[in-house]
Amino acid sequence: MELFFQQIVNGLVLGSIYSLVALGITLIYGIMQLPNFAHGHLYMLGAYVTFFMITHYGLSYWPAILFSVAALVVIGMLLERLVFRPLHHAPHINSMIASIGVMLFIEATARKMWGSDYRRLDSPYDGVIDLFGLTITEQRIIVILSAIALMIGLNLFLKRTVIGSTIEAMAQNREGAFLVGINANKVSLMTFAIASGLAAAAASLAAPINLVYPSMGAMVNLKAFVIIVLGGMGSIPGAVLGGYILGLAESISGTYINSEYKDLAAFALLVFILTVRPTGLFAKEAR
Amino acid sequence: MLKTEKLTKSFGGNIAVNAVDFQINQGEITAIIGPNGAGKTTFFNLISGLHRPTSGKIFLEGEDVTNKPSYEIAKMGIARTFQTTKLFAEATVMDNLIIGHRLRTKSGFWSAVIRSKRYRKEESECREKALQVLEFVGASELANRPVASISQEEQKRVAIALALATDPKLVLLDEPAAGINADETSGLAELIKKMKQAGLTICIIEHKMQMIMNLADRIMVLNQGTKIAEGTPAEISRNETVIEAYLGGTPHAQAH
Amino acid sequence: MRSFPASKWVVPALLLVALAIPLLTDNSYYLNMLIMIFIWTIAVSGMNMIAGYAGQLSLAHAGFFGMGAYTLGLLMAKAQMSFLVSLVMAVALTGIVGAVVGMISLRLKGHYFAIFSLCMGVIISLVIEKWESLTEGVRGLLGIPIPKIGSFEFSTVTSQYYLILFFLVLAMFVNRQIVQSLVGRTFISIRNSEELAEALGINVMQSKILAFVHSTVLAGLAGALYAGYLRFLGPEVASIEHAFEMLLYLLVGGISTLWGPLVGTALVMAMMQLLQSWQDYRMIIFGPILVLIVMFLPHGIMGALARLKMKRQSVLPETIDNENRVIEKGTTDRRLAGGEIDA
Ligand SMILES: Nc1ncnc2c1ncn2[C@@H]1O[C@H](COP(=O)(O)OP(=O)(O)OP(=O)(O)O)[C@@H](O)[C@H]1O
Ligand SMILES: [Mg+2]
Repeated sequence: MELFFQQIVNGLVLGSIYSLVALGITLIYGIMQLPNFAHGHLYMLGAYVTFFMITHYGLSYWPAILFSVAALVVIGMLLERLVFRPLHHAPHINSMIASIGVMLFIEATARKMWGSDYRRLDSPYDGVIDLFGLTITEQRIIVILSAIALMIGLNLFLKRTVIGSTIEAMAQNREGAFLVGINANKVSLMTFAIASGLAAAAASLAAPINLVYPSMGAMVNLKAFVIIVLGGMGSIPGAVLGGYILGLAESISGTYINSEYKDLAAFALLVFILTVRPTGLFAKEAR
Repeated sequence: MLKTEKLTKSFGGNIAVNAVDFQINQGEITAIIGPNGAGKTTFFNLISGLHRPTSGKIFLEGEDVTNKPSYEIAKMGIARTFQTTKLFAEATVMDNLIIGHRLRTKSGFWSAVIRSKRYRKEESECREKALQVLEFVGASELANRPVASISQEEQKRVAIALALATDPKLVLLDEPAAGINADETSGLAELIKKMKQAGLTICIIEHKMQMIMNLADRIMVLNQGTKIAEGTPAEISRNETVIEAYLGGTPHAQAH
Repeated sequence: MRSFPASKWVVPALLLVALAIPLLTDNSYYLNMLIMIFIWTIAVSGMNMIAGYAGQLSLAHAGFFGMGAYTLGLLMAKAQMSFLVSLVMAVALTGIVGAVVGMISLRLKGHYFAIFSLCMGVIISLVIEKWESLTEGVRGLLGIPIPKIGSFEFSTVTSQYYLILFFLVLAMFVNRQIVQSLVGRTFISIRNSEELAEALGINVMQSKILAFVHSTVLAGLAGALYAGYLRFLGPEVASIEHAFEMLLYLLVGGISTLWGPLVGTALVMAMMQLLQSWQDYRMIIFGPILVLIVMFLPHGIMGALARLKMKRQSVLPETIDNENRVIEKGTTDRRLAGGEIDA
């Protein structure tokens, strides 16, 4: 039983990371109809920036995360401006292919600059907490709580600000929202900034638990896609819920299924669900 | 020829077509009119099999075709055009049209690879059909032009030719005269009459009232998914409900 | 439809050159490179069928390549089957799996299909990597015997060259026959508008499955030839990176053109050879190239050439792209860049 609860906590940690990454992908998809295959690699960049800020420049953990988020916000905005905005009126498949190009570029660059080694970031919070008889590392608590804080923050932004509510309206409902008269370019720029920032935050939070390496984003990216396909592409609650569900499912099944096949489970789940419901779990009926 | 019973389609909570009983008679031109968003196109989508009805039934020459897929409906002799023509703009008119007769051919992968005798025969049939319908709609000279380079009205004609290439009995035309000028509209009306004379049954959605009043044998009026009137052009132009809901004005000012 | 290159002698001349190369040089470095180009061209031409002509971007094709490779490798190495039987079985298996995957996934529209196919590719590569008792996993599959037909052993690079050239020519011939036929036109009409195709009486699902199976068979064939040539396999043959590379070759050469797969594969692979010392980092250059291609040369080299030619014959108006978008706003979204005008 204790093992079970331990796995629940691990699942929540995993789910927090997945949700934050999936949120970014779903926002970008909702606004630009772009499945951004490079998103996981922005996540990887975020982890590296935090890593080097701490190990090379002596920043402490939280300022390093802030710096990383800021750096990725800038990179995200540059990508939107240089790559995806010019392609906005091209067939959508073109920008999807462009995102694959960006992805390949980022990963190769990371490999060239930092090598393929796995790096470990020591957590400044390596203590353990005793919670209802469970021992949980402080870092895990921090991941879970920070993710919740970020989601609440994002929610407030989407609900309470003009630009935020425009983003939400546009993400949830493809057409219509352009009529409100808000500059569409500004909206997509903001969306990329937020999504990239979230990815950096997620990566930085997870860095002390996982390792940092150039291809660390690839699997997270694929799983985030599984999540948003399941949750309905463009759906914000779908991304959050789907993230936690996949995190918990992986963690719990990991104790029962051979861990060799753990990664397969997520994709098998996707294949199964799309076989039964071709438009995803929560998507509206299309025809 | 075609009959619907309590045909209904809802999208989520929004009822686009609501319990419509309707009939299309052999050899006639039947028109469907109604304000924007009335459910006219959705009605076409239902009878052409593109959408599955939420409830209700569709009969083609007595046979229940309610849940048949679109391509089978087409094989049974219902052809349609779309509000936006959906032609392949970068290909030539001829290249667009050849595929129109594909449903009457049987050649598969391997006969195409080896160019079997039957395949060659079927391909030339498709070409002949394409030329023949192009001539029928009066656009023979466009055969080798890319669709992107021909006018809106010519595109509408090509779209009709494409529908005719399927050898249909019933042709559904969705706003064939939208976006073209008055002269061209009357030319198009001539074409539709010619189709009727050739023995085709036609059902047409159109906003251009003058054209409809001249062409149609019978008219159905849809409003918010519901059939609010049905009858001859003369009856419709006198109908109080229609005038209130749609025509909005004196009947004769609209009718002529 | 025009074929490109249009001049009648270009294709026979190319073929003659290809046949003569091993007689002119026995430098196995060049022959090896040409063999690799031929193999990947077959796979890319498969991707072109489904992504280019039928308009459904599939990223599962590296997976099918790996499946073909491992099927042949395992049958020959572990079941001691003959080369030809293994080749037929490899092709048949990828075709059957392709049909099943297609039936499930081709109901999905646009991006959903692309993402699903990506996941399918990942599943195949994970299975190859993790099913160690069968595939030897990351240790790699060694000991595939030299392919033999009758008593002839394909033991030299030159003999392999001719074997693979034969299949390349066969694949390109079949593709040409299909693309320039009613069957190919049916694929293109689906790419243009599934609704219109359906309304014209075309069983869209069936046609898409046909295009998909044809494409997976080509990927499987390429994989099987690869296994018979190298006689050593690692799970990375099925990796998703290969799917992205195939996409790169296809886009550079020209999607939905007959010669695009060959031109793109040859050009990019030759460039990659020049950048040999970069190895792992070559995507620093090719990533941006992919972006630039979709921005400035969406029809690839062969597509651009065909357009140039048509423009010179002034059949194709300058404004075609813009007009196209205005007329068919709804359908351009799903369609890949490209056009079959030069098919
Ligand atoms: N695929 C769909 N999904 C959801 N709602 C739809 C769909 N197709 C149509 N509708 C809705 O059904 C209603 C009827 O639309 P329809 O296109 O049939 O109208 P129409 O009479 O053809 O209008 P118009 O004259 O503008 O062409 C509209 O409210 C529309 O929003
Ligand atoms: Mg309509």
